[in-house]
Amino acid sequence: MTKDTKNPPIDRVDGRLKVTGGANYFADFEIPNTAYCVIVGSKIAKGTIASLDTKKAQNAPGVLGVFTHQNMPPIPGWDAPVGGEADGPAPKPKTEETYRILSSSKILFDGQPIAIVVADTYERATYAASLVKATYSKQTARTDLQKHVAEGIAPKGADGGNYLRGKPDAYQAAPVTLEANYTIPIEVHNPMELHGILAHWTGPNTLMIYAKTQGVNATQQAMAEAFKIAPKNIHVHAEFMGGGFGMGLRTWPQETAVVAIARKIGRPLKLVVNRSQMFTLVGHRPYTVQTINMGADQDGKLIGIAHAATAETASYEDFTEATVNMTKFMYACPNVSTRYRIVRLDRSVPIWMRGPGEATGAFALESAMDEMAHKLKLDPIEFRLRNYTETDPEHNRPYSSKNLKEAYQRGAEAIGWSKRKNEPGSTREGDWLIGYGMSTGTFNAFRWEASARVLLKADGSLTVQSAVTDIGPGTGTALTMIAHNVLNVPLNRIKVEYGDTSLPKAPTQGGSAIVSAVGSAVFDACTSIKQALIELATKNGGPLVGRQADELTLADGILSILTEPKKKVAVSDLMQANNLAVIDRTKESKGGPQLQNYSMYSFSVHFVQVRVNPLTGVVRVTKAVSVADSGRIVSPKTAASQMIGGVAGGIGMALTEEAVIDHRFGRFVNNNLADYHVAVHADVPAIETIMIDKPDPIINPMGAKGMGEIALIGFAGAVANAVFNATGQRIRDLPITPDKVMQKLT
Amino acid sequence: MNPFQFTRVTTPKAAISAVTKEKGTYFLAGGTNLIDLMKREVVIPERLVDINKLPLATIEKTVTGLRIGATAKNSAVADNELVKKYFPLLSQALNAGASAQLRNMATVGGNMMQRTRCAYFYDNSMPCNKRSPVQTGGAAGSTERFRADKGQANGPTGCGAIGGFNRMHAIFGASEKCIAVHPSDMCIALVALDATVNVSGPKGDRKIPFGEFHRLPGDKPQQDNTLQPGELIMSVDLPTNRFSDNSHYLKVRDRASYAFALVSVGVALDMKGNTIRDVRLAMGGVAHKPWRLTKAEDFLRGKPATEANFKQAAALAMQGAKGYGENDFKLTLAPNSIIDALKTATKTA
Repeated sequence: MTKDTKNPPIDRVDGRLKVTGGANYFADFEIPNTAYCVIVGSKIAKGTIASLDTKKAQNAPGVLGVFTHQNMPPIPGWDAPVGGEADGPAPKPKTEETYRILSSSKILFDGQPIAIVVADTYERATYAASLVKATYSKQTARTDLQKHVAEGIAPKGADGGNYLRGKPDAYQAAPVTLEANYTIPIEVHNPMELHGILAHWTGPNTLMIYAKTQGVNATQQAMAEAFKIAPKNIHVHAEFMGGGFGMGLRTWPQETAVVAIARKIGRPLKLVVNRSQMFTLVGHRPYTVQTINMGADQDGKLIGIAHAATAETASYEDFTEATVNMTKFMYACPNVSTRYRIVRLDRSVPIWMRGPGEATGAFALESAMDEMAHKLKLDPIEFRLRNYTETDPEHNRPYSSKNLKEAYQRGAEAIGWSKRKNEPGSTREGDWLIGYGMSTGTFNAFRWEASARVLLKADGSLTVQSAVTDIGPGTGTALTMIAHNVLNVPLNRIKVEYGDTSLPKAPTQGGSAIVSAVGSAVFDACTSIKQALIELATKNGGPLVGRQADELTLADGILSILTEPKKKVAVSDLMQANNLAVIDRTKESKGGPQLQNYSMYSFSVHFVQVRVNPLTGVVRVTKAVSVADSGRIVSPKTAASQMIGGVAGGIGMALTEEAVIDHRFGRFVNNNLADYHVAVHADVPAIETIMIDKPDPIINPMGAKGMGEIALIGFAGAVANAVFNATGQRIRDLPITPDKVMQKLT
Repeated sequence: MNPFQFTRVTTPKAAISAVTKEKGTYFLAGGTNLIDLMKREVVIPERLVDINKLPLATIEKTVTGLRIGATAKNSAVADNELVKKYFPLLSQALNAGASAQLRNMATVGGNMMQRTRCAYFYDNSMPCNKRSPVQTGGAAGSTERFRADKGQANGPTGCGAIGGFNRMHAIFGASEKCIAVHPSDMCIALVALDATVNVSGPKGDRKIPFGEFHRLPGDKPQQDNTLQPGELIMSVDLPTNRFSDNSHYLKVRDRASYAFALVSVGVALDMKGNTIRDVRLAMGGVAHKPWRLTKAEDFLRGKPATEANFKQAAALAMQGAKGYGENDFKLTLAPNSIIDALKTATKTA
């Protein structure tokens, strides 16, 4: 069924809406009589509220209520976990601490809500919030992971991270060895759109929610649990999202609180947090320290790798991610051990941030590979090729598809790798040092369960429906392309509806899984419609009676015989003749058991050229090439945009992004967009994206694997490796700021 | 943000009288810094006097050089043909500052009046002597601490940056009360180019040499400058010079745009062949005021433009420098940047 031809690049189907202001984000929705709320955050990181004076706030103009731990309305499901995770049941708190918003005077992290002020306008709520005064009994806050690495504990559950293949210490006896420590600071998603929610109780037990969520079904489920009402009575809408990057992968406690307060005051209630609250209330990439031990023989064959990671989490919840996973299966190495620990600090809980743990782990692994290549006097690509594996050494099974060798080759050609000198510090342009670096990325290619509905109308138009939200990668565009490929309906006659719980259930947008999951359901529904049309045409009395399905072709609303183009019937005529106004199919789709026989991953290779000023330590990325090996590319234009976005994010991760805490106070000192540096245009050069674009024969009928994560995973390592090639100096602590480079060079 | 009164004036006299009359009154120009300070409750004005309608936005030639009006927008000055031709250092410095959007709003006078970006100054739960001075100062540029509805709103005294996050902080002229830096790029060019500030106030008009406009923190870090209460910046005068062929503004920062300087260097030279006939050097990101490097200038004057001479000049410039921990790297980055900027400006790179 899949055409083995590449898809044409088409414009983003919602592009016009987005650039003309026609796309409505959660905060754009207006409901009459809406009240507004503002969160007052704790100014300490650990302790208790000694006193809380809300009188002035309550008396301020327009104020409808000030909610604190003393008067917060009860939430029926308060004792049950308020989670709604992306891919599984809500996490049960495993720690001694429990965090329930506005439930006690105890402070567990900086910025923890101590009051929610409600008023008739946002401005009045903001002013009243400034009048809430708290005093605290402060305790010493533990916020610095570096000081508490030794307190790491093995998390329970599947992400335990302990893994062993062969011998754990085989690297020690290898002829060439490396031991290196790598650090990734706290990074904050910082999407342009601020977090929040608009909650409207439309009846005593019916709820309408406009949210900034990556999954409307997950939000619906979380609210159903919190308020003990049936999910069907909760309507969640999140069609557009102004960037998520992971911060919308769960329902945050303040969202639940807003819903509870809306019920109490009997008015729709809107929350939009401020920028500094984006640093404390919606998660972050956890500060992580890693050690890699590696050993190889003189020919550059890996003998052993040991990868240990320790990451921060909150005192009240264990957050884990797959930081060490890539090391288990990336290279043909007989002895591999990994170890993953978390340290409970007095910090707000982290959440996945694009690439998530794999991006953290890839920085360490791919830096280490570069360091080893240098020790072995090997080209870094050659070193990787000598340890290339066609089968997954972790699970001893084949990859569903892997074209990484081709990716190395095409990326190398595009960046001009042949100009790279293996001896670091040997290329100059004027006063500037020039370097080239590369790195590999990989991420699971998932096939989650999803459903979609497709309606073909007699007028030839097609509607595709799924609850999935489009956080920006171009989901709507990809689904349009998939439907077009099956039914050949002209692109401008296809409408996609998404981001709403009234539509067929879909997973949360995350983990690079949506084209595979929802796309498969759309594919199946479209295929079912096509079969229905063929049956109508070929049944007794039909215009193409007696013909077999494989003799027929469908294009532009005409069903015809492949070899006899004059034998045809218009779909509209066929439907009218059968009194059908619409053919309506809903399909649930998930992978079959045969998928278990394969390891399914997407791969990427990143190449960069950097310029380094030897006096000031300034690093500029001057060229970037990213290659994606992620199966058949469904929508080449939006896929390229995802890769470009990954590079921009990767440059930020490599060179500029770091949320800094003053550990004396346990508070951030750069929680704004002027001081927390995401890459700006001037930091981002022209980017070349290359798609291998070969269908994966296993994963799904489109042959498509995800690519949102691999766009970022590995990129920071490529930059660090290029800086080394330019200067001979290795920076193992991100971000690579001018001071770090300059100090090594002077 | 807090409720405040807003008045718009059309004459400097009315503006001066409005801020002199009642306490807690502030001039509002582009607002790119003041509005942030109000949102963070670092400054809580009772009244704002909008001076954007004052006829002070002109850029014109004078007998001695160029006069730039106080409300001329940063982008207008940076793009002005006279500025680009005769004072390229100023144009470069302006374009190195902030973002395009901010430069379109920010004014020359406002740029001079902007407050430090020290994190402790902006977070009123953290100690800061500049935000919360031990005694309240009445001078313009200082912070009002009290308001009827707020009580003592401005948080604890002390210096959070000493012993804290001081990566961005001063290595010259700091005091035990304050190690903040002045964040402006424009002012580095203006101090290098020997500008003069024309101010008008309740007691009449006066001229302030640019190097005396900003001050070191000493015991009064709440006072950024030497303006007297009620004084309004009218314009800035630039004397003609022979530096236009050999000027360079180097800004070393964490990202390529929209970031404050770790260190910046403004260089302007008058070259005869390879000989430095005259030179102006100033640095940003290193002190509570735009930092002029007169010792280095004196050393370089009359000498050939060689890397060895640049190194010596940089070493002289660094006399008296002191790090506070996280900013120790500036003790190396600053002289390196001086050398780099001199190389670029003399085209010896």
